[in-house]
Amino acid sequence: MISDELHFLAPELSLLGFALLLIILDLVVKQKKILAGVTIGGLIVSIGFTVPLLSAPTIDIFYAMIAVDSYATIFKFLILGATLFIVLASQDYVNKFQRYQGEYYALLLIAALGLILLTETVDFIAIFVALEMSSIALYVLTGFLKDDKSSEAGLKYLLLGAVASAVLLYGMALVFGVTGKTCLPCVRSMIEAMSFVANSMPNPALILGMVLIITGFGFKIASFPFQMWVPDVYEGAPTPITAYLSVAGKAAGFAVMLRVLLMTFGMQSWLSMEWGIIIAVLSAITMTIGNVVAIPQTNIKRMLGYSSIAQAGYLMVGIATAGLAFNADTLGQSGLIFFLMSYILTNLGAFIAIIAISNKTESDAISDYAGMIKRAPILTIALSLCLISLIGLPPTAGLIAKIYIFSGAVQHNLLWLVVIAVINSCISAYYYMRVVKVMWLGTPSSQDKVPSSFALKFALALCCLGVLLLGILPGGFIGIAEAAVKMFGL
Amino acid sequence: MFDIVFWILAIIAIAAALAVILLKDVFRAALALILLFLVVAGIYLILSADFLAVVQILVYVGAISILIIVGVMLTHDVAHGNPPGKLRLPALIVSVLLLGALVLTMTSTPWLISKLPPQEPTTAFIGERLFGPGGFLLPVEMSAVLLLTAILGAIVIMREK
Repeated sequence: MISDELHFLAPELSLLGFALLLIILDLVVKQKKILAGVTIGGLIVSIGFTVPLLSAPTIDIFYAMIAVDSYATIFKFLILGATLFIVLASQDYVNKFQRYQGEYYALLLIAALGLILLTETVDFIAIFVALEMSSIALYVLTGFLKDDKSSEAGLKYLLLGAVASAVLLYGMALVFGVTGKTCLPCVRSMIEAMSFVANSMPNPALILGMVLIITGFGFKIASFPFQMWVPDVYEGAPTPITAYLSVAGKAAGFAVMLRVLLMTFGMQSWLSMEWGIIIAVLSAITMTIGNVVAIPQTNIKRMLGYSSIAQAGYLMVGIATAGLAFNADTLGQSGLIFFLMSYILTNLGAFIAIIAISNKTESDAISDYAGMIKRAPILTIALSLCLISLIGLPPTAGLIAKIYIFSGAVQHNLLWLVVIAVINSCISAYYYMRVVKVMWLGTPSSQDKVPSSFALKFALALCCLGVLLLGILPGGFIGIAEAAVKMFGL
Repeated sequence: MFDIVFWILAIIAIAAALAVILLKDVFRAALALILLFLVVAGIYLILSADFLAVVQILVYVGAISILIIVGVMLTHDVAHGNPPGKLRLPALIVSVLLLGALVLTMTSTPWLISKLPPQEPTTAFIGERLFGPGGFLLPVEMSAVLLLTAILGAIVIMREK
């Protein structure tokens, strides 16, 4: 009975309920701070409902539309947690649009809902609807400010996102055409049956469908050739939304990409190798483009945009490893999840510090960060820590994450990719350290202190703590990552 | 018989699609797009997808085309038409390569072809697949949230500054 399965959807249903509540509350309450409180409450309730799922059996519910498994659960925690941080960090920012705060928070919750569904749906149709749900909420949030830059960013994101969705849909249609199924496990068994009959002859439409699906998801994670939207959108969007796109959007994109590749195309060694190599090549191009173009940037949001393209490149090493390992082990998958944990904390920390600073200076130019150590010592130290973690230097999470994901790749004949990644890390040190240098050694343009709210400081402190914790005591978190991907092993 | 109808429709569809991107006048391009939507509905009909054909006409020809035309009417400087981009040649090369890849794939793939006759009428079957057991109930419910999101988004985008 379907009604017995509803309790598995409690996190999603509570998110939706709170989103609706926010819209109604927005009409009646005068004190808009309450809305932020309700949003945080909704996220905490949703996280609370996710906890029992940790011990839930691995099953497919709603006629094999949604998978209840440890992989989806860990991503629920990551995405809900990231959303919580974004709400905390939005506190100072939402004053820019006094009247529409209810819609802002409601859209944020719906975006989180879409992203969570994206990580757990196991049917092409449901995946597509979840993708559109999150995308539409994020398009609107990107253009929320309605000034020139924000509108341009929203429009660019919408147009390119629509193209990517079309590409993805074409890929799904081709796979459906070959197999006649939309649910991922059914597609897999059809592919297995076909290969047996046709003596492992690659089916051209299946390969093309797979390539188009990879390309379509590539937009979400900002991989080459769909990376060109990133800098403009990151620059124009409200900064909390930029942060949200760069962490939660990316995490969900990677989650669904890995799930689709493993569950449908991961059970035949030739097919698995095929997409492993495609992703490896895309990964090398993506990280190189991101890092090289980041160097001349003068706007810190643009720079972090290119940096997040580069980080997507490193993350794709994990997927490539998963493809080439072909059921031998799950180092690629767990490496990807650990890297995502580290990346989410680090990038959130960096963006929260930037939100606080640019709220006061009203500028995102790197040159305006000169001498920030004298004006906002705590923010500067936190931002420096996060930038160091993005390079991958000790004692931060970034170092462990890179070692973990790259060592998995080396074990599966991806040494060339790891060499490229290490060279890229050295290039990236240049532009990250330039910001650190400007902040610590530059002469400040004014002596005004940079104030920040308690919520923001609290979120920033948690992020920095997480970055250090993952860097110094990674054992427990690696254990979590490994447990989350056990279901992919044989 | 169906073959002849299909090829006629296919040629009209391709001509209309080309007209959409090649015509300078945005309004005429919109009209060509409507023709394209109609022809696609015709192709659905010969594939025995009667419900889909009607939905195609209602949604695309009825609603979306009107939206595009109203959009054209409300746009300033629409008389300038479609300005030629600098990337025409690269776009042409990429499109031709993509077309080649797609055609090659379509023709060299051994497609699964069902030997059963098409089910008629399709409406009842679609309803069962959407709402019945083993069907797509969840995506239907998700679509409801999707529409709500779109409405919210439209309100936010259209607000006074």
